[in-house]
Order: sequence, then C-alpha cells, then structure tokens
Amino acid sequence: MAKNIVEKIWDSHVVYQEAGKPDLLYIDLHLIHEVTSPQAFEGLRLAGRKVRRPDLCFATMDHNVPTKNLPTINDPIAKKQIMTLADNAKEFGIQLADIGHPDQGIVHVIGPELGLTQPGKTIVCGDSHTSTHGAFGALAFGIGTSEVEHVLSTQTLWQSKPPTMEIRVNGQLGIGVAAKDIILAIIAKWGIGVGTGHIVEYTGEAIRNLSMEERMTICNMSIEAGAKAGLISPDQTTVEFLRERRFAPSAESFDEAANYWLSLASDTDCTYDVVLEINAEEIEPFVTWGTNPSMGTGVSKTVPTSADYTSESDKSALNKALTYMGLEEGQPISSIEIQHVFIGSCTNSRLSDLRTAANIIEGKKVAPGVNAIVVPGSYSTKAAAEKEGLHKIFLDAGFEWRESGCSACLGMNEDIIPFGERCASTSNRNFEGRQGAGARTHLVSPAMAAAAAIEGHFVDVRKYVTQVV
Amino acid sequence: MEPINIVNSIITPLDRKNVDTDQIISKEFLKRIERTGFGRFLFHHWRFDAQGNENSDFVLNKPEYQGSQILVAQDNFGCGSSREHAPWAILDYGFRVVIAPSFADIFHNNCFKNGILPIRLTEIECDEILAKGLASPYSVEVNLEAQTVVGSDGKVYSFNIDPYYKQMLLNGWDEISLTFQYEDYIKAYEDKRVAF
Repeated sequence: MAKNIVEKIWDSHVVYQEAGKPDLLYIDLHLIHEVTSPQAFEGLRLAGRKVRRPDLCFATMDHNVPTKNLPTINDPIAKKQIMTLADNAKEFGIQLADIGHPDQGIVHVIGPELGLTQPGKTIVCGDSHTSTHGAFGALAFGIGTSEVEHVLSTQTLWQSKPPTMEIRVNGQLGIGVAAKDIILAIIAKWGIGVGTGHIVEYTGEAIRNLSMEERMTICNMSIEAGAKAGLISPDQTTVEFLRERRFAPSAESFDEAANYWLSLASDTDCTYDVVLEINAEEIEPFVTWGTNPSMGTGVSKTVPTSADYTSESDKSALNKALTYMGLEEGQPISSIEIQHVFIGSCTNSRLSDLRTAANIIEGKKVAPGVNAIVVPGSYSTKAAAEKEGLHKIFLDAGFEWRESGCSACLGMNEDIIPFGERCASTSNRNFEGRQGAGARTHLVSPAMAAAAAIEGHFVDVRKYVTQVV
Repeated sequence: MEPINIVNSIITPLDRKNVDTDQIISKEFLKRIERTGFGRFLFHHWRFDAQGNENSDFVLNKPEYQGSQILVAQDNFGCGSSREHAPWAILDYGFRVVIAPSFADIFHNNCFKNGILPIRLTEIECDEILAKGLASPYSVEVNLEAQTVVGSDGKVYSFNIDPYYKQMLLNGWDEISLTFQYEDYIKAYEDKRVAF
C-alpha cells in the first residue's frame, strides 16, 4: 500500500502498540538546550534515574547566551542556567557544544550543520522550532520538559499518530520572493491553527526547487501554523547537503544510507487526511503587521480594516493587535517606519540568509535612527561568513556583527527591543512582548529586513534584487 | 503528580483566542531552574503595567474571580513556544482545569504531565460559559470520571478525553515509571534498530 513519509517513519519507530493507547515511539536524536532541560535533569537525579542513551543526545546553549562581550555573562540567573547545562551534560555523559566551542550555535542550526539531522530520524527537543529538522525528511517535533525527562530516561515517547496534511506549493517563486514569504503566506492564508493536531508535508514544484536552508525556514515555522511537525520528502538536494558532514554516515556506508533516505519519500499515489494548495506566483514579499504570525500581508498592501472581518471576535483581535502595534487601519505597509533590524534566529540566520542580506546592503548604509544587528546562527556559520567577507559588508553598512545565539528572537539575553519601538525581524514570532515588553515585531525575510534597514521603512525588496540575480 | 477528578469552583473568563505561551509566562521568567514558583508571573504583562502596577481591567486582578481553579478561554489556547513553564505557572497560580474550544498540541500534552485537565468544549459552549462568567461569578463542577462540566444553573456540558490520559490524570501516574514496564520492548527495538 502506498504510504506518505510520515507513515513510513512512524511505522518504523513503533516500539510497542496496543489498542486504546498511544504508540510507544523510539527517538533517534534528542537535542537539548539550557532553558527547557534543567528541571528534567533534576527529575532524573531525584528519582535516581540515568540517561538511557547519552550517545543519542546532543546539547548546546543558545537561548540565554550574550551575543557580545563574551565570555562575560552579566545576568547571574542566566549564567546559573547555562552552567547548570554544562554540569548536567558532564554528569550524564552527554556531548556538549559549550560557549566558545566552535560547534556552538542555535540548536536548530547546528543539528543540520553537523549532520546530526538526517532523513528518517525521529528528532525531539524541548523547543517548538524543532520542526526545522523536518526539512530533511525527519519526523521532528517540540516537546515539554516532562517529555524531555521521559526521553532522557527511556529514549521513547508515547504518541498518538496524528492525521497528515499536504500543503502543496505549485509553480515557481518570483525573483526576490523568499522561502520565508512562502511560509508567512501559508499561515496568513489559512491561519495559525490550520495545522493543529496534524503533521504537514510540504510538496510541489516551488518546494522541490528550494535549497536545504530554504526548506529549513519553511519547516521551522510549521509550529506557527499549529502543526505538530512539518517535513519535506528527501531528494538529491538533501543527500548532497549531508555528504561529508561530521555526523553523517561515513563514505563507506553513505550510498547505502542515501538509498534508504530516498526510499522514505512519499509514494506518488499516497494519500493525506487534508490537502491544501497555494500558487507560488501569487506570493509577494511579506510583512506581518499584527501580534501573531498569521497577521501578515504583501508589502504592496495595506493594514486590514475592521470591514475586512465578519466576526466580532476577529474585529476585536484586529483592534487589540493594532493598538499594541501602534498602527492605523488601512495604513500602507510601506509607510511603516522601523527603528531596529534583527537578522538572526533559527528561522533565518544561516549562510545563505546572510549572503542574501549582504547582497542587498553592499555599498549602502543603514538609515539614520535604525539600529541593525546580524546574529549568525552558529559559530560555524559565522566563520564561513567571515571567510567570504560578509561581516565587512555588514559592518561597512553600519550593522553590528554579533556572536551566535537566539538573541533578539525572544530577548532572553540583553538583545531586547525597547518599549514601543519597532523591529523588522527575520525571526518567527511577533507575539506581544516577544522581543521585549511593548516591543513591536514585524516578521520578514532577510532580504526584506536588509532593504528596510537601508530605507528606514518597509520597501518592496524586488526593486533591489532584479539587478543582483 | 496530584490526581484530579472533581473540581468545584467559579470560572475565570479569559475572553481571548490564540493565547500564546509567551503571554502565559514571559521569557524573562524562564531562567529559573526550578519547576515551582511560576504562579506569580502568570500573564505578567497583562496583569501589570510597565511600572509594575496592577492592571485592574484584567480578569485575574478582579476581586470576584479570586480563588478560581478553572480558566476558560477561546480557540487555540497555549499556542507558540513549547515552554512547560506555562502549565507550571497555571498550576502554581491555582488553576487545575483549562476549558477552551481547542488547544495547541504541545501545551495540551504538557497539561497531562502536570495534573492539569484541559477540556475541549465547542465554541458555542465556551462562548456561553464565558458570557455567564463575565456577567457575574459563575460556578461549575468539573467531573473527570463522568466527563462533565455542570454549571450552578444546572446546565450540563459533556466532553471527550483520550482514555489513556484520563487514567493518567485520575491516578496521578508518573509516566516514566509506566514506561519502564516496557523495557523489554525498548531493548528489543534497539537490538534491531537500523542506524548508519
């Protein structure tokens, strides 16, 4: 019987199955960071339990780490949390990319970089953006701290098999339109709850044409559509990305592994519980105007008005969002002035993101009154970018070039947007207070963020990129 | 975790949809390495203004809802971040039950691990309960065994729940201890597991 990739991976990971119970699933890779793990390790200690498979765990610090003046960590509570992870990794024998280690970085950036992320694996992390790893055709999802403890103890999780959803992106993406715009368009079209309870597979010509880094951007934001996980069937692009990565299969077994990975792709006549379709041609560079990721529109458009909504609860949500964001109904998106630009996060901080942004700003200057920072997703990304001289382009334009970490995506470190100020951000969430109390976040692609940095307000980046491509 | 079956309390009507876990517990409170003590930070930026003064309009600050153990909200409650600090804060504040038309998956899972009962009622039923609770304090009795929410006006709302998670909550089971009973299956799986 024809199967989709979710069914193939699920069926091959069932440890125990019984009617009336969730399935007991084996977990192949457990990624760990400092914020959602301390209580789990403490739970193990209190119960006198061990980590069952430390060899299948990999830990790093990312959420709290400062992105300047390292190795000093000024915040004593953050420092304690970071030190606690180092102590726990040592006590339980888990491999750690510590602060200052060349492998350190955002957990969802380093997993793929190191080749830990591979097709067909079940991957979990105490972080909702674990869906990123689905770009490789892995079944990857975020879990809570109690589940982190459960995986540490048993290397398994009880999971009910969710229904599947295909989101097919037909046709070709326009020049200057990014993977970020695809996922923001999907969420705007169907809402932040569309994927709730489902695992999404992204398919179609536009998805097939994306690089691995672009696929990661799409899968990363699956959770912003409510999905449990989002993935893309592996193909030759996936295989080539993994070749010669440190934790990828060695040269002797690589071909065998690659054949297995390719066999996991959804069968052509497989089915899904829900199918949605969107045309890539109708997607333009996106900007969010509200306080959840579905509140976004094309850069040529205007902020909605209450007349655009029928239900009272939607009108009220619009009103609340615009009050928080300090915007007027019907205001053109291009008239929104920004004071901050953040290029970073597990969504858009990889080498290709930095290259795209650098292309836009090369030879130009950040607009007066705009603070712009670049936070590479990992030390490896940072080193690669510096080798190409990208840091010079950013610095010459007036950007700050920072150390790696989650940074202003959630502002757990000092990288906070001040009250009432506005940020063009390549991150994934524009919730109230996400980047700092009272901060106003607009989610955009790296190219759109770079263009906004130069002009001081949102602008259609396609006027820049037609010359570049 | 503490078993749960019957909860009798006035409801706290939080008339919002898409309440994300960033609002439930803001990032500045995630640096603590304990599981407890998050209740005083619940909905911090809605409860307090930038100067730290109580916002008297916010439902949690209204005197008539103090002591409530049942939170009622609209669609897609708990969306966004996986932070289990969100259910820890809800529990530590004193809530044992959250009622909404739908929940985000990770938050929903996290509730079961902490002895919080998440109840899905229809949007119409939630709207009705919210309206009653907003008009004047409204008490209900939640009965997990019977899978009912019975209002002080006699109105009965029934809900569905996965039987596995129902037993977990009723008995307060530690899931890890349960899973250890399947050690032989895990070992057998590991013996035949394909890894490159």
